[in-house]
Amino acid sequence: MIVKMKMKPTRDGYGEGLLELGKTNPLVLVLDADLSKSTRTDWFMKEFPERFFDIGIAEQDMLGTAAGLALAGKIPFVTTYGVFVAGRAWDQIRTTIAYAELNVKIAGAHGGISVGPDGATHQALEEITLMRVLPNMILVVPCDAIETKKATLALASLQGPAYLRFTREASPVFTSESDIFEIGKSITLKKGTDLTLIGCGPIVYEALMAAEELNKLGISTRVINMHTIKPLDKETIIKAALETGAIVTVEEHQVMGGLGGAVAEILVQNSPVPVEMIGIQDTFGESGTPEELAEKYGLTSRHIIEASKKVLKRKTCRA
Amino acid sequence: MVFFSVDKLEPICKDIRADILRMTEAAGSGHPGGSLSAVELMTVLYFNVLNHRPQELEWSERDRFILSKGHACPVVYAVMARSGYFPVEELLTLRKLGSRLQGHPNMKSLPGLESSSGSLGQGLSVANGLALAAKIDKRDYRVYCLMGDGELQEGQIWEAAMTAAHYKLDNVCALVDYNNLQIDGKVEDVKGIAPLKEKWLSFNWHVIEIDGHDLEQVEKAYAEAKQIKGKPSIIIAKTIKGKGVSFMEDVAGWHGKAPNSEELEQALKEIYVQEGSTLKN
Repeated sequence: MIVKMKMKPTRDGYGEGLLELGKTNPLVLVLDADLSKSTRTDWFMKEFPERFFDIGIAEQDMLGTAAGLALAGKIPFVTTYGVFVAGRAWDQIRTTIAYAELNVKIAGAHGGISVGPDGATHQALEEITLMRVLPNMILVVPCDAIETKKATLALASLQGPAYLRFTREASPVFTSESDIFEIGKSITLKKGTDLTLIGCGPIVYEALMAAEELNKLGISTRVINMHTIKPLDKETIIKAALETGAIVTVEEHQVMGGLGGAVAEILVQNSPVPVEMIGIQDTFGESGTPEELAEKYGLTSRHIIEASKKVLKRKTCRA
Repeated sequence: MVFFSVDKLEPICKDIRADILRMTEAAGSGHPGGSLSAVELMTVLYFNVLNHRPQELEWSERDRFILSKGHACPVVYAVMARSGYFPVEELLTLRKLGSRLQGHPNMKSLPGLESSSGSLGQGLSVANGLALAAKIDKRDYRVYCLMGDGELQEGQIWEAAMTAAHYKLDNVCALVDYNNLQIDGKVEDVKGIAPLKEKWLSFNWHVIEIDGHDLEQVEKAYAEAKQIKGKPSIIIAKTIKGKGVSFMEDVAGWHGKAPNSEELEQALKEIYVQEGSTLKN
């Protein structure tokens, strides 16, 4: 039985990570595009005002400015909503930053449909696809506030461009400070042999709840927290396919080209097994509460359980 | 640092023009028009103005140059070679497979380039970032950024213009190669950008207007920009696309077309006409 942990938004983890970086790493600068109260960069701004730059409602300029700062040896954390930074400034990220392998850290806040009432224009559902297709890009989607803080710190120590996706709503905190976080190394949260749930982001908690129910039904369910989408932990994915024979991917993101796509690419080329994908099924979002939207768009543990049963029916018996 | 007088710079400009034509002809592609229009701006910059050490690329106090109009890399490669960054012979490898001289600047392949560029409208933001870092660290290096006039149709340029003025980046000196041509025709016919001086003044920049092919005016403009405190400077240089080659001058079609061997021969004759037919290497 999973104890209901406390709830905390992953963006708070980002804010805390920045504060710690402010104290320990003098090269770290933070940029925002008029959203600092929402993205939590205002915490850094209050402590280190001379290292904070609000570039205003000008995301392309913000990315370019960050590129210049990185060229001068700084470590800029560029922050705004995922829809704007991954969408509007995609060319800037591609051509000025990724192509030149600049040390710019891109924090895409408000990822996912759980952004809620603001509606589709602000619900980023595409950043995983958009960012992972860029060479030299590192892409991390942490599952709770604790992991988000660790990811923020880890990205500052890495050389090269990186994208960090986090969310708006308070979500369960289900990892602990002592868990080891390493970019590129997924974390197996639950062992299992009948199928594997591979997820990223706060929705991994739904996967854990689904696994608990499935286990009660006698379905031994492995759960993997695939926090790093790029570089992807291919070994663990292939191993899960070979050992459990069925996969359900779980993400608060379009099913095209996101985590599901990334996992499918690996499996099809190495160890094909049936895969079901939980995620947004090629539609835009809409206004609603995060709970209502998760229910309507198929993102709850109930949906994961249904998908699991479906994928098991498709699984061929192995000798 | 050696200072080149105008009469010493003129032959260098001829060589730069010849280099641009030779390298694009050898490549079979490239952008001669918008490279030729920037020759005086770039020659004065690399020979007299930039505080740089071609043999010590990582020198932390160096001035930085950002080529925002990335397609004009032939002129930049040429001034880099002629000022000692790499051998002049290497210019003929432009755009070839494995060359350090990529079709648009790749800083990873050619040390000495301060950024990678090619998608227009982005360089001024990058220049601002470098300049901002200098202000943070209280360093004295200056940042120069060359933009095209068509490029000013990109909105991001104006975002960067606001940023530079907002942060009082007086260590930024922008340049506009105002040759009034883009690919699809005259800039004023496609999407007019005039009045340029008034636009930049209203964005709180110091504005200097010059004839971009008059070496003395170019020299003076850079010096004036250096004296301005509290706001960034922009040198709006009236130029002629394809300058130096009669059949290329003011012709939109030479934006992205390389000369063939006959055209090259004709062009070189025109460039060196003052000095007879001796071709320099």
